[in-house]
Amino acid sequence: MNGAEVTTVPCARMPEIARELFAGGGRMQMVYAWQPEPDTIELRYVASPPEAGRFLIWRCRPEGEAPSLAAIWPSLGWYEREIMDLFGLAFRDHPEPNRLVLAEDIPPPFDGRAGVPSPRLTARAGDIPRTLPELDAPEVQTLPFGPVRADVLESAEFTFFYVGEQILHYHPHLFFKHRGMELRFHGLTPMLGTIVAERVSGVGSVAHALAYCQAIEHASSCQVPKRAQALRVLLAELERVYNHLHYLGHLANTTTLKVGEAEGKLLEEKAKQINARLTGSRFLRGLLVPGGLRRDLAPGDWLSPALESLRAETARYVGLLEHSDSHLDRLITTGVLRRHVALDQGATGPVQRASGIDRDLRRDHPYAAYADLPLIVPVRSEGDAYARSAVRAAEIDAAIAVMQRVLLLLKDGPVRAECRAAPGAEGLGWAESPRGTLFYAVHVGVDGRLARVKIKSPSFSNWRVFPFTVHETNMMDYAINEASFGLTVAGCAR
Amino acid sequence: MALWTFFGLAQGKATTPWPRRGDADGQEGVLGMPRYAPERCQSGCTDCAAVCPTAAIAPDAEAPGGIPGGIKVDYGRCVVCQLCTEACPTGALSPSHDWAFGVRRREDLLWSETPVPAAEPAPGQRAFRRSLHIRHVDAGSCNGCESELQALNNPFYNLHRLGIFFTPSPRFADLLLVTGPVTHAMLAPLRATWEAMPEPRWVMAIGTCAVSGGIAAGGYASGTGLDGVLPVDLYLPGCPPNPAAIIAALMTFQDRAPQRVRGGRQGGRHGE
Repeated sequence: MNGAEVTTVPCARMPEIARELFAGGGRMQMVYAWQPEPDTIELRYVASPPEAGRFLIWRCRPEGEAPSLAAIWPSLGWYEREIMDLFGLAFRDHPEPNRLVLAEDIPPPFDGRAGVPSPRLTARAGDIPRTLPELDAPEVQTLPFGPVRADVLESAEFTFFYVGEQILHYHPHLFFKHRGMELRFHGLTPMLGTIVAERVSGVGSVAHALAYCQAIEHASSCQVPKRAQALRVLLAELERVYNHLHYLGHLANTTTLKVGEAEGKLLEEKAKQINARLTGSRFLRGLLVPGGLRRDLAPGDWLSPALESLRAETARYVGLLEHSDSHLDRLITTGVLRRHVALDQGATGPVQRASGIDRDLRRDHPYAAYADLPLIVPVRSEGDAYARSAVRAAEIDAAIAVMQRVLLLLKDGPVRAECRAAPGAEGLGWAESPRGTLFYAVHVGVDGRLARVKIKSPSFSNWRVFPFTVHETNMMDYAINEASFGLTVAGCAR
Repeated sequence: MALWTFFGLAQGKATTPWPRRGDADGQEGVLGMPRYAPERCQSGCTDCAAVCPTAAIAPDAEAPGGIPGGIKVDYGRCVVCQLCTEACPTGALSPSHDWAFGVRRREDLLWSETPVPAAEPAPGQRAFRRSLHIRHVDAGSCNGCESELQALNNPFYNLHRLGIFFTPSPRFADLLLVTGPVTHAMLAPLRATWEAMPEPRWVMAIGTCAVSGGIAAGGYASGTGLDGVLPVDLYLPGCPPNPAAIIAALMTFQDRAPQRVRGGRQGGRHGE
């Protein structure tokens, strides 16, 4: 697979490989399945190497069932469950083999032989619906909350088991919004796939389209012109800025800092208006395409001062937040995510960087024009809600600095190169979205159209981690803790 | 200790006087629905339909003007990707800033040579001109529509000043505002929310997904929007519709502003 180093192995060897990767300091990112032929399932394990360098992929074709790696890499647990749902493939010894993404017990939708009774279905130990812990303790109260929640929020259902203020157990159900987006790519031309990628997670439109386009570009071995690479950085950082400003405003809302909330959301609005003025879209959609950009952008003389003004206002705002005791009191020591839990469960983005894990795809596996730009990656070690907000606040500053550099160095030139994926080509693309590591694995069919697109989204990873910071905390902190993770449900459910 | 109150006062007024006065709707540069000028079409050309990801543009044997091999345009399916404007060789489809596309009838979103007159508001809607309470349900959106709905309460748009409020309980809601294509799992919670609302109750479909399913339509997990699920009183396509488009649609619903679009075209300010 272009963009990564692929090794073919028997599935039975995967547990051993997984243990070696863990011991060596590498990191398993995801596993996904696809069907090279209608009768065959192939698993692809994607991992980051211990040091910078190419991503590692192992591929294997299971016969009957595959060994579960969830006991070695807990972060893979959800990926395996999703494969069970969508492909009907069973994983041996999975610790929680319950249904994950599907709403009902339907035949595996990705099975290429739809309608034909599948032997794999029988290999799977039947459908196991979602379950909640059964409690025989009258003093423990159960609170199901959602899927329709208060305020304008995404749909998800949270079940709390609690005594008084203390939360004993917390169980999120995040797939009410599962739209089956990965299957929407199938049969499309690579160019049209970009339009779908932009609509997987609205507030991550650029990151999704960028990772997707880079996967196609790796599959086609095409070179994106320099100006397009630079403008892609500009778009990706604009997306980071409006997302992080929204985050700060929303966090202030949960600590009931009303003026702080208003100011954060006003700054977000200013950022979105800058987006629209530059690109015609408040979500920066409609520009990316495999091979570069659909049209050139003219940043004009106004953009640099507008960004500087936004930076100055944000710095002042963050300074005020830093001096608001009532705000800080609610954040410090709230929702602590320990470093080893972050690693085991696969935390990503600002969440992992607030727990002392210094990883950022822009620096470690540079794409677009990031290799040529000075990039500050803020890291903190406390792992609490304060650290998560401080990392994001610092990232706004760093993002604007990178954008100013891009504008300073921007040279004229073409913005689009011919980019045609050969039949049967495959590629891996990635981007550091505002929420963390995003991967697209793309397989092109013999007809030149998309045969399989797998999305590893940062919210899928961080939602998996989040409950570990909720257990044994109290109800009053829950909303603050959730806001401090900055999650989306759409990105998780896809 | 930060003095937020003084900070807020010193910041001054951030709210736009629009839509009461002026035109500072905050949408400078925002691209809307592509404008369709069938008289510019080349005979037999369907380049735009070939690139349209949601079949908003489809080949039509009996196209407007009787052009054989022409196209039909349904703005209720448009995700504003602008690909048709790039594929069109003659400018028959051109980029525009027409985003205020809230309509009472689904057919008002179909491009038509001879648009029918706009529908009257339902009896009782005018009574909610000064106070309207909304319950929002996300039925499987990409979160783009939520981002813009949340923006309505930021200081720039400040929706409260128009007497329009979001309410946590469907029991207090007059209007149900739905986003997303209606996923299989959200169908029952959506219906339950609607049933919990007191009558009279109305429904608004926000965003192309809720209108027609959009990019996620169909498949094993998604529906095709609200038609056939709930009775819809106002359709607002867009991907996502911007906050000003949502305000304009809400005011159309309340009969405080006329419906701008008929036959897939705008007559008001943004249609010039």
